[in-house]
Amino acid sequence: MKKSEYAGGSLLTVADLTVDEVAAILAAAGSLETMHPVERARMLAGRRVALLFYESSTRTRTSFELAAKSLGATTTLVSDKSSSIEKGESLKDTGLTLRALGAECIILRHPNSGAPYLLAKSTGLPVLNAGDGMHEHPSQALLDARTMLTRLPGIPAGRVHAKTLEGVTVVITGDILHSRVARSNAMLLPRLGARVLLCGPVPLLPEHALGLGSGVEIERDFDKALKRAGSSGKGVVMMLRIQRERVVGLELDLADYIARYQLNEERLAACAPNALVMHPGPMIRGLEIAGEVADGPNSAIEDQVRHGLFIRMALLVRALGAGEFESVTV
Amino acid sequence: MSDVLILNGRLVDPVSGIDDERDLLLRHGRVTAIEMPGGLRFAKAKDTIDAAGMVVAPGLVDVHVHLREPGQTYKESIATGTAAAAAGGFTSVVAMPNTVPVNDSVASLKWMQDAARGAVVKLFAMPAATFGSMGEEITDYHELRDAGAVGFTDDGKPVLETRVMRAALVAAAGIGVPISQHAEDTRLTGGCSMNAGPVAFRLGLRGMSVEAEAKIVERDIGLLRDIERHDGLRPHLHVQHVSTARAMDAIRKAKREGLHVTCEVAPHHFTLTDEAIGEYDTNAKMNPPLRAEADRVAMIAGLMDGTVDCIATDHAPHALFEKEQEFERAPNGITGLETALGLALRVLHKGEGMPISRVIELMSAQPAEIVSLDGRGRLSAGSFADLVVFDPAAEWSFEVKKTRSKSKNTPFDGAPMLGRVVATISEGRIVFKG
Repeated sequence: MKKSEYAGGSLLTVADLTVDEVAAILAAAGSLETMHPVERARMLAGRRVALLFYESSTRTRTSFELAAKSLGATTTLVSDKSSSIEKGESLKDTGLTLRALGAECIILRHPNSGAPYLLAKSTGLPVLNAGDGMHEHPSQALLDARTMLTRLPGIPAGRVHAKTLEGVTVVITGDILHSRVARSNAMLLPRLGARVLLCGPVPLLPEHALGLGSGVEIERDFDKALKRAGSSGKGVVMMLRIQRERVVGLELDLADYIARYQLNEERLAACAPNALVMHPGPMIRGLEIAGEVADGPNSAIEDQVRHGLFIRMALLVRALGAGEFESVTV
Repeated sequence: MSDVLILNGRLVDPVSGIDDERDLLLRHGRVTAIEMPGGLRFAKAKDTIDAAGMVVAPGLVDVHVHLREPGQTYKESIATGTAAAAAGGFTSVVAMPNTVPVNDSVASLKWMQDAARGAVVKLFAMPAATFGSMGEEITDYHELRDAGAVGFTDDGKPVLETRVMRAALVAAAGIGVPISQHAEDTRLTGGCSMNAGPVAFRLGLRGMSVEAEAKIVERDIGLLRDIERHDGLRPHLHVQHVSTARAMDAIRKAKREGLHVTCEVAPHHFTLTDEAIGEYDTNAKMNPPLRAEADRVAMIAGLMDGTVDCIATDHAPHALFEKEQEFERAPNGITGLETALGLALRVLHKGEGMPISRVIELMSAQPAEIVSLDGRGRLSAGSFADLVVFDPAAEWSFEVKKTRSKSKNTPFDGAPMLGRVVATISEGRIVFKG
């Protein structure tokens, strides 16, 4: 399958985005944020966007839906429960049906890795990957990048480029194996200049993760990883939930896991007192992250959610070819 | 009677060791004369094939095909599958038993082999090693052997229970046929859809480990040793579609030890790696999966040093709608009958310097020997008139839209091939002309 088989404006993997395209999306998110709501609501007025969700979701679904609505688009939500998907309709046929009903763009969340490729290929519509299995969650990585750009000290102003996040160390800790957020971030952030340290026990972080690309390292000792982030002056620690729904036949001693990998106040204060704390959600307080840290001054968790709205607006404008994306090659 | 004369060709017959110009006369379904060029100039025949510049070889033998009949004729039928075989130069194919219902009885075996099925080339079958391929109770090997079974297998599934596998090997040893094993410890591969490794990690797909294949091969080899020692029998284990370096090593050692183990490698496993999955191409999904480059190289090493006994396609047709699914949900398997020779010649002969006679041996004489096909896989006076005539220098690209198979699930659409089949002859009948 070649990229050219998919409609321009699709976002299936962050790997398909050039640094310049990333910069254009981030810039568009910025201008959409400052735009007057009335003007914003004209951007996609009369356009039709379908949300196709085969997995439960709070943040991503609401965020995409609100983003589309605030741009003036009409949205429709189809979920695997309460639709013909329950009767055995294939992804291809579901996509063709949505297209026949006038959908101009489909936002897909799906439990199978790679499902957005199938949908984009069968419908020819721009498809936005809102999380596919253990593969990717590109809009999350973009909103995480935007959160870092706005919260970290000493980030050069202006358009984002390959060295914008130089000197930034991002520790991603926890269930890397099952995390599409980790994959998207580990593939995107190094291309903006950041160093990514993956941290977790072998069953949740196989050595194969190094194949995600250059700029990605494995550091299994969480304290050491945190200290590296702390000493960089521009440290980020991103915590991940253990995805019980995807863990198959894995024996994990939770008490031991918490002792080694939980981000709590003592650990943060000792290793990286100024690091930015992030979590893509949903988080399990008391497991991978202590409530005090999630609510503490270092936390950017709510910023992430807020930035998600503007990133998704930018992606919708890009997908529907409605905005100022002069530098975007589609 | 449709006699055929084949003149001016280069006869490559690994069994007799001939690799030279010969003329052949085929009569009543048999080879009746093989002469020096010009030696048959007074012979008369209904058809004459001028094979100047061509290789004339024993018809290819594939010990591993899925023809989907009975039960799944929307994917393939015996007629269409054997037509694809003929187009690929094959004159004998061995059908796997995972049909619907499973081929585990004399009645179903006879039904498959009935002339009414319309097989274009010779159809053999390996019925199920256990009833329903459930891995619990072995089928009636004596009765099935008498009805024509050339071996037993639960292909697609392994015989997982050691006790059952032992019983199968003992029973098959008694009648001199192999147990053909799909080596996969399915307790380790639940939810997996490709090879374990960096590509699987990047794609977010669960991977089948090397151990899942190697452990079953190693266990089965242990059983051969144990049965030889304690039962005074010499069982024959045939390992299907080897895909990992570790399993290949285990087989190599077992052969040195003198155990009766044979194995096959599929063309895709010596041609492609798991990178071919690209953006979730379900036509690159099969079981065993495409592996890492080191494994691919190990398959070639095994083919070059004689550890591998034969090339087998594992031809596994599936309908388009079944492959047009999410990667993890799409069924395993690719078609392979029409691309096997072209890939073997390109990768092994041209790429690795394997002599053409050796490629032919791996695709005819040796697979015929594994399943004891008398008078096939060789060309001498009296043997079956099963032949393939191909242009060894022809470079071409496979086009799936021209396939004879009912299905089009191949990763080799547009792939370069070397060696083009110009005629396939099954028991004296010209069944394919290219």
